[in-house]
Amino acid sequence: MENLQLDDRGGLRHLLAIEGLERAHLEKILDVAESFAVLPGRQVKKVPLLRGRIVTNLFFESSTRTRTTFELAAKLLSADVINFNVNVSATAKGETLLDTLRNLEAMHSDLFVVRHQHSGAAHFIAHHASPGVSVVNAGDGRHAHPTQALLDMFTIRRHKGDFTPLRVAIVGDIQHSRVARSQIMALNLLGVTEVRIIGPSTLLPAEARTLGVHLYHDLESGLEEVDVIIMLRLQRERMEGALLPSAHEYFQLYGLTEARLKRAKPDAIVMHPGPINRGVEIASEVADGPRSVILQQVSHGIAVRMAVMSLILGAHGDGDR
Amino acid sequence: MKRAPNLHIRGGRLIDPANGIDETADLWLSGGRVAAVGDAPSGFAAEETIDAEGKVVCPGLIDLGAYLREPGFEHKGTIDSEGRAAARGGITTLVCMPQTEPVIDTPAVWELIRRRAKACGHARVLAMGALTQGLAGEQLAEMGALKAAGCVAVTNGRNRLANTLVARRAMEYASTFELPVVLCSEDPHLKAGGVAHEGAVATRLGLPGIPSAAETVAVARDLALTEHTGCRSHFHTLSTGRAASMIARARRDRQPVSADVAIHQLFLMETDVDGFRAECRVDPPLRTHADREQLRQAVADGTIEVICSDHQPHEADAKSEPFPATAPGISGLETLLPLTLKLVEEGVLELPQAIARLTAGPARVLGLEAGRLERGASADLCIFDPETVWIFRAEEMASAGRNTPFDGWEFRGRVTHTLFEGRITHRLEP
Repeated sequence: MENLQLDDRGGLRHLLAIEGLERAHLEKILDVAESFAVLPGRQVKKVPLLRGRIVTNLFFESSTRTRTTFELAAKLLSADVINFNVNVSATAKGETLLDTLRNLEAMHSDLFVVRHQHSGAAHFIAHHASPGVSVVNAGDGRHAHPTQALLDMFTIRRHKGDFTPLRVAIVGDIQHSRVARSQIMALNLLGVTEVRIIGPSTLLPAEARTLGVHLYHDLESGLEEVDVIIMLRLQRERMEGALLPSAHEYFQLYGLTEARLKRAKPDAIVMHPGPINRGVEIASEVADGPRSVILQQVSHGIAVRMAVMSLILGAHGDGDR
Repeated sequence: MKRAPNLHIRGGRLIDPANGIDETADLWLSGGRVAAVGDAPSGFAAEETIDAEGKVVCPGLIDLGAYLREPGFEHKGTIDSEGRAAARGGITTLVCMPQTEPVIDTPAVWELIRRRAKACGHARVLAMGALTQGLAGEQLAEMGALKAAGCVAVTNGRNRLANTLVARRAMEYASTFELPVVLCSEDPHLKAGGVAHEGAVATRLGLPGIPSAAETVAVARDLALTEHTGCRSHFHTLSTGRAASMIARARRDRQPVSADVAIHQLFLMETDVDGFRAECRVDPPLRTHADREQLRQAVADGTIEVICSDHQPHEADAKSEPFPATAPGISGLETLLPLTLKLVEEGVLELPQAIARLTAGPARVLGLEAGRLERGASADLCIFDPETVWIFRAEEMASAGRNTPFDGWEFRGRVTHTLFEGRITHRLEP
């Protein structure tokens, strides 16, 4: 399988998925993100790394926080940002995705940040993009959401330092989650001791073990000895698709409460990609409690996205890993 | 149309599975029919002699289940373009699916196709009529009229029948006319929005999966209905090893069932979809290595007696979208024989067996006269050089659909001549 993501020298050309990257790529992104993460405390937040470059947010699926953090990250790098919203655009009038892409390329965009409802959409766009144009996947179907996974890794590294001794539990709807897929791949690439996925059979994907995880159906035993707990958002439509009986039963069995949190290591952190459903997958006292790093994840998202965009657009000069 | 010429096919290895023939023999054709096998009929004056020494001469291939796209989808293919592709592939009989626009649910639509095909003259085009009106799965199609007009079978194609009662009635009604029912068995609810085999690859790529059970549940239902209604069922394009073993059991129990497999299922697997390769999106989906091996075994032991192309030409745009938004299907007429010969090369089948799966097999299943070469039979021939090594190129295809995952594959064995009713419809330029 061709690796679209890397250029001839092994540097990042696109960011489409964690799969296909090496550990060194991830570490480089996290290191560069670290240099940006100090910025919000300073007087002048902007850096001129991407002055004169155009970043286009191409969102075929609604999103507030991801789009906003990408926009903010691009602006902090001094890039010009275009927001292209599918609902008011030509695709609603029957233009193909390829036509849309060609039109936006004609406007001299340097980088597309793409979110699309279909798995593989970012690969498709990268495959058809002109040589000078890069693509960052901001979520495609159930496939991947690599910047979310990277900001989660960044958050874990800040709290835990070394990845290798860690046991990480991802709880909830793994089956429909692009975030979980990217997290699992990133965690394994960074060499953690164990990744666990916890949920009822209807929410775990077929042949899940091939992803390199251990399966648990019981939340309490799944949380034993865990250093990091990642809770996933439960979509309301899962009840309609006969995947779950009710939000009530889900919370009874898989909701993260103070009592259950005690099963994990005393210094375990609690993460969530947001937006959270209080009382569905997580109790308020946990979401707002001392172990929660949920809001840190959001601000780390800006630094990580700055790192990804500046590395892809070669603003670090050497174009290395 | 002028009379078909007197032709002498000299010195070829004649393989005619329906008659149990595999020997070096001359063939004499006259007036579009086989005049003699072996020695020349007295007073035969050949207008042309085709030197078939070192080549294989066999009945023209019969492709059970091709989408010819006309009427209604001419941007994907036409009877003319797909007929040319068939001739290129050594195919002389195409059994087309009723999924046209309008659907082949009345004799008028079939009559239109029949006339177009006759005017084009590349191959014999036969039709499966619709099982239900508009393939909507609600009301029965006028199968009596379709049978009278010449449809050789009925099917609901890939518009699967969700309603078991409608399926039962349709099978009962078809059996009234002794029309074979061609079933693409797959449970539409289990399929849901699936686009790839529910397994490790779809899990990693985040593609909505189609479980193997979508096929086995539906095959089990349709086998039970076959037993109940006594209809003559043919299971089209199986994808799972499990379904093949269910068919084998039914055949051991002397149920009147048969089955086919699309040639691509005998080569490609779920792993070929990796990288979101839309040209490998097919319906039913590519499954596991174990499924592929079991399907190959079923073809070898005769459980599956037909190999088909499942030909579905598409315009380039249909495959140029993110994977889940692409149309399933492969333009397969021109790779049917080359891939089947690869099965021989890989030791899965003996050559006469392989040819039987493409000639005598489909003829028996649908009760056709074609697919055999005795005296008096229609002079439909495929002549191929089994030793020619060549590279298949999508850009050189005759089909209007260039959607193939086999671009760049190396094949051994290439069609040199195709004859339909005694006329040469394809001749490989030297």
